[in-house]
Amino acid sequence: MKRLIALPLKKSLEIAFQSIRVRFFRSLVTTTSLVLAVAFLCFMRCCNDFAQALLNAGDISAYQTLIKAGYDVGFGSDVIIASAKQRWIVTLSLLVCIVGIINAQLMSVTERFREIGTMKCLGALDRFIVRLFVLEALMQGLAGSLIGAVLGVLTALISSSFNLGAGIFQAFPWGLIGWSILISMLIGTGLSLAGVIYPAILAARMQPVEAMRLEQ
Amino acid sequence: MTEKIIVRVSGVTKDFDLGKIVVNVLKGIDLEIVEGKYLSIMGPSGSGKSTLFNMIGGLDKPTSGKVFIDEVDIAQLDAYELAWLRCRKIGYIFQTFNLIPVMTALENVTLPMTFAGVANDDAIEQGMALLRQVGLEGRHAHKPTELSGGQQQRVAVARALANSPAIVLADEPTGNLDLKTGEDIIDLLKELSSERKVTVISATHDYKMLNVSDQVIWIRDGRVEKIQERSELEISTGGLE
Repeated sequence: MKRLIALPLKKSLEIAFQSIRVRFFRSLVTTTSLVLAVAFLCFMRCCNDFAQALLNAGDISAYQTLIKAGYDVGFGSDVIIASAKQRWIVTLSLLVCIVGIINAQLMSVTERFREIGTMKCLGALDRFIVRLFVLEALMQGLAGSLIGAVLGVLTALISSSFNLGAGIFQAFPWGLIGWSILISMLIGTGLSLAGVIYPAILAARMQPVEAMRLEQ
Repeated sequence: MTEKIIVRVSGVTKDFDLGKIVVNVLKGIDLEIVEGKYLSIMGPSGSGKSTLFNMIGGLDKPTSGKVFIDEVDIAQLDAYELAWLRCRKIGYIFQTFNLIPVMTALENVTLPMTFAGVANDDAIEQGMALLRQVGLEGRHAHKPTELSGGQQQRVAVARALANSPAIVLADEPTGNLDLKTGEDIIDLLKELSSERKVTVISATHDYKMLNVSDQVIWIRDGRVEKIQERSELEISTGGLE
């Protein structure tokens, strides 16, 4: 007699994907806040990257352009550092985003009490339920971060080409931009996952008898 | 012929603590349910019928007393073993059907099989066979929202039988269905259970269930009022042809 309860990863992915598809508009709204926050983060980073690239190009006129554009850089320095004000604004926007995600995920768990209870009646272990919610958040996080990062780069490109001139195209900092995209996506996905942990654990603790309840 | 006792309820009480007051829902229940019977638990609203039902199904723990399924005290089971029990030994049917809305009928039926570790192809084959038995072969790719109430409950019946359980628990299976559809579901349950030798325990206040039950347990006020065997039942209900 095999005492085996399993939920293969492929099946979990399928279920998670279908869950998002069915509630597409709701997922869209949750993900949009993530897109915007990640776009903002990426925008900040990329603007600094372009400024850095200009500096690295070694052209003496770079300093003047940068100071005119508002960057804090004195003659002789060779690194663009994000100002404290920049950091604060970005951190705040990311915090607002994570609060929104936690809220949306809590609502999702509350709505799906019957589904969760039923799955447990069919033999699902607590960790399957957590897995499903985490996979959903992961998918939304990855998609949202990717879109956000791309948006951030594009707006940074447009903004920097106005502020810093065509010089940035000559010294296009592929490496730095790539790194910024990666960091932004990591942070965005991380936010999405962090926002789902508490609601997912709540969902997993739900008693199957909830599925029997007539009213909600 | 020794009959196997599949469910034994021994001195079970259940109290619900609602803050200021404690409600004694079950006041001492002793039951022995023999394998292979079709059993109905009947009683008025508030009699403790659903609570007793949840006890038997391992969905809730008694305040005192023990529930044995196949001579195993379910209060002693850990989460893993409890999940195994729900997956392999017990099939559930709910009043509100409780199909997973994001999955098709076939996927709903094969979900318990997935949990039981059945290979995908085998699961699909067995799932289709079950759907064929309940008469929904052509609707296997439809989501629950595309099915009527009666059809959803049929899918639920198929799902309950997915892992060939020893017990099927049906909580008011006809509660949300009209007269004719309810009758169809009851007949379906009876047919499948006698075919597969499954013990069916149903909590209900639908008198149509009486026709097909081998045993009826009347619950009133948290206690077993009386137990009637099939031979003792006299039923006269008007029916639709």
